[in-house]
Amino acid sequence: MNYNWNWGILFEEPYFDWLVSGVEWTLFVSAVAWIIAFSLGSVIGVARTVDSVPVRAVATAYVELFRNIPLIVQMFLWFYVVPEMVPDDLGRWMKRDMPFPEATSAIFCLGTYTASRVAEQVRAGIESIPVGQRAAGLAMGLTTIQVYRYLLVPVGYRIIVPPLTSEFLTIFKNSSLALTIGVAELLYQARQIENYTFQGFEAFTSVTLIYLVLTMIVVALMVRVEEKTKIPGYGIQKDK
Amino acid sequence: MIKFNNVNKWYGSFQVLKDCTSSVKKGEVVVICGPSGSGKSTLIKCVNGLEPFQEGEISVDGVSVGAKETNLPKLRSQIGMVFQNFELFPHKTAMENICLAQIKVLGRTEDEANTRAQELLDRVGLGEYGNKYPSQLSGGQQQRVAIARGLAMDPIAMLFDEPTSALDPEMINEVLDVMQQLAKSGMTMMVVTHEMGFARRVADRVIFMDEGEIVEDATTDDFFGKPHSDRAQEFLSKILEH
Amino acid sequence: MLGDFDFGVIVTALPYLWEGMQLSLLLTGLAAIGSIALGTILALMRLSSIRLFQWIGAVWVNFFRSLPLLLVIFWFYFLVPLIVQGQVDAFESALIGFVLFEAAYYCEIMRSGIQSISRGQAWSGYALGLNYPQTMRYVVLPQAFRNMLPILLTQTIILFQDTSLVFVVGLADFMTSAVTVAQRDSRLVELYVFAALVYFVMCYFASLYVKTLQKKMHR
Repeated sequence: MNYNWNWGILFEEPYFDWLVSGVEWTLFVSAVAWIIAFSLGSVIGVARTVDSVPVRAVATAYVELFRNIPLIVQMFLWFYVVPEMVPDDLGRWMKRDMPFPEATSAIFCLGTYTASRVAEQVRAGIESIPVGQRAAGLAMGLTTIQVYRYLLVPVGYRIIVPPLTSEFLTIFKNSSLALTIGVAELLYQARQIENYTFQGFEAFTSVTLIYLVLTMIVVALMVRVEEKTKIPGYGIQKDK
Repeated sequence: MIKFNNVNKWYGSFQVLKDCTSSVKKGEVVVICGPSGSGKSTLIKCVNGLEPFQEGEISVDGVSVGAKETNLPKLRSQIGMVFQNFELFPHKTAMENICLAQIKVLGRTEDEANTRAQELLDRVGLGEYGNKYPSQLSGGQQQRVAIARGLAMDPIAMLFDEPTSALDPEMINEVLDVMQQLAKSGMTMMVVTHEMGFARRVADRVIFMDEGEIVEDATTDDFFGKPHSDRAQEFLSKILEH
Repeated sequence: MLGDFDFGVIVTALPYLWEGMQLSLLLTGLAAIGSIALGTILALMRLSSIRLFQWIGAVWVNFFRSLPLLLVIFWFYFLVPLIVQGQVDAFESALIGFVLFEAAYYCEIMRSGIQSISRGQAWSGYALGLNYPQTMRYVVLPQAFRNMLPILLTQTIILFQDTSLVFVVGLADFMTSAVTVAQRDSRLVELYVFAALVYFVMCYFASLYVKTLQKKMHR
C-alpha cells in the first residue's frame, strides 16, 4: 500500500485547532438540538397519549412526517427551502443577517427530527404504565392534567431513561450530517484535513477515536443517570 | 441397553444428580417418578446427551454418551425423545416434522420418508392430519405427532419427559394409549411421568427419585405393593389419592 | 412566493431522477441482503459458547453503533481504492460500507429473534440427531426470521433512507440527482420539496405495509 504516514501532522497548526473547533461545534450543535428535541418531543409524546382525537392526530402527523424523510433531505429543506417559504422579510433576514445560518438550520433540523423519536419513546413509556394507574388517579378526584403531572409523566420518564440515552447518542452521531450544509463540525474538519494534507488515514482515524471516546463518555454518564432514576421492578428492555 | 453408573451433575454449586445408578434392559419399560426438582427430567436429558454431566458414565447400546469421541448426533438419531411441550416445529406440517430428520440425518429419499411418516401417522391414529400445522392440532394430537416423529428414526429406545403433563385431562388418555401400544410392541422405554395408573399397567420397573438421588428402584409389583423407603411411601400416598 | 413554483422543472427532470432512484433501490436491496446475512452470522457468534466469537461479535456491534454512518461511508470511499490499489467505483465502496455498518443493527434484531425461540425447539432438533448447523438452518433460523420480519423490514426502510447519504461521495442516487438538477436549474425549492415528498410517500406506505403485516402475524 503506497502511503506516506505522518501522524504528527494532527498536532501541527492549524490542523489541531481545526480538530478542536470541530469537536466544539459537534458538541454545541448536539447539545442545543437535544434541548429542542427533549422539550418538543415530550410535548408531542404526551399529546399522542391523550383522549382528544384531534390532538392525537396532529401529534401522529408530526411523527410520521419526520420519520419518513431522510435526515439529509430535512437538512436541505431547513437551510435552502425554509427561508424561501417564510414571509419575505423574515426570509431576507435569515439569508443575510442571521448569525450562523448553517448551524441554526442544523440545530432546528436535528432538534425537530429527534423530537419525533423522543416523542415515540415518551409515548411508549407512558403507555407501558398499566391503565389502572390512570383510572386510580381519576377515581381519587385528580383532573387529567394532574394525573399526567403526578403519576404518568414522572413514572413514564424514569422508565424511558435507557432509550433516551440512545436518542442522545443518535443526535450526536447525526450532527455529522450538518457538514452537508457547511457546518464546520468534527467530520467536516476531518475532510478538510484530508483535502489539505492528503493524510486521510490519520485524519479519519483521529476523528473515529474522538467519536468513540465521546460516545463512551456519554454512555458512562447516562449509566449513572440510569442508576439514579431506576424504579425497582419497572423497566423497558433496552437493546444495547 | 441403557446403563448409567454413578452419574453426578452440578449446576454451578448446586448438585442436581447424586450417584445415580441403574439400567434399562432391551424391551423394558421403566417409569421414573418423584416430586418436582428431584432431577428426573435432568437425568433423562443426560441419557441422550442434551444435558452434560460431570461425573459417572452413561451408555446406550454399548456407546458411551459422555465420551469425547462419541458422535452425539448419530447416537441421538438412534434414541427417540418426546418432550413435555411437544416441541413440534411450528413452521412445518405434521408430515414435514416427521420427515425432516429422516431425510437430513438418515439420508432417506423424500418418498421413503413420506411413506414411513404416513405409516406412523396411521399408527398413532392421525392418518388424515399429515398436512396440518401444529397450531391447527390439539395438544393430544401434537404429542402423538411428536411420538410418530421420534419413531420415524427407527430408534432402539424412546425417552419420554413428562409427555402428558402439559395436556388437558381429556387428552391424556389418547397419548397414554399410544405409549401403551408402543410398550406392547417391545420398545425399550424410559418414561418420566406422574401417571401412576400408566406405571402400574404398563411399566416393568419404577424408579423413584428425590432430591437428585435414586431412592427406590424396584419392579412395578414391588414398588406399589411394598415400597421400602418412607419417602416413596409418602409420595405414593399423596399421588394415589387421585 | 408559492406562485413561482415551477412544476415543469420536475417533470423534465423525471427520467434523470428515476435513474437516481433506481440506484438508491439497488443499493438498498444489495446492502439489505448482505447485511442481514452478515448480521445473522454476527448474531450466531454473539450467542455461541466460544468466547472469541462472542467477543468479535460484541466489538463489531458496539464499534459500528458508536460511529456516524457518514464517517463509515467516507472511510470506505477513501480506504477501499487504497487497499485494492486501483480504481474502484464509488458504488462498491459505499456498498461495502453499508453492509458492514448496517450488519451491526441487523445483528441485534436477529439476536433477539433467535433468543426468542424456545430452547426446547433446538433440543428437539438435536434429539432427532440434527447437528448444530442443521438445527439452525431448518429449525431455529426459519422461525427467527419469520418472527422478526416486521422489524427487519422497518430496519430496511431506515437503510433506504440512509442511502441518501451517498450524496457526500457523489454517487448518483436519487438524492444526488435531485441536488444536481436543483443546482443546475437553480430550482432548489421545487426539487428539494419534491425529493422530500417522494421519500415520504415511499417510506410511509412501506411502513403501513409493515404494520398490516404485523397485524396479520399476531392473529
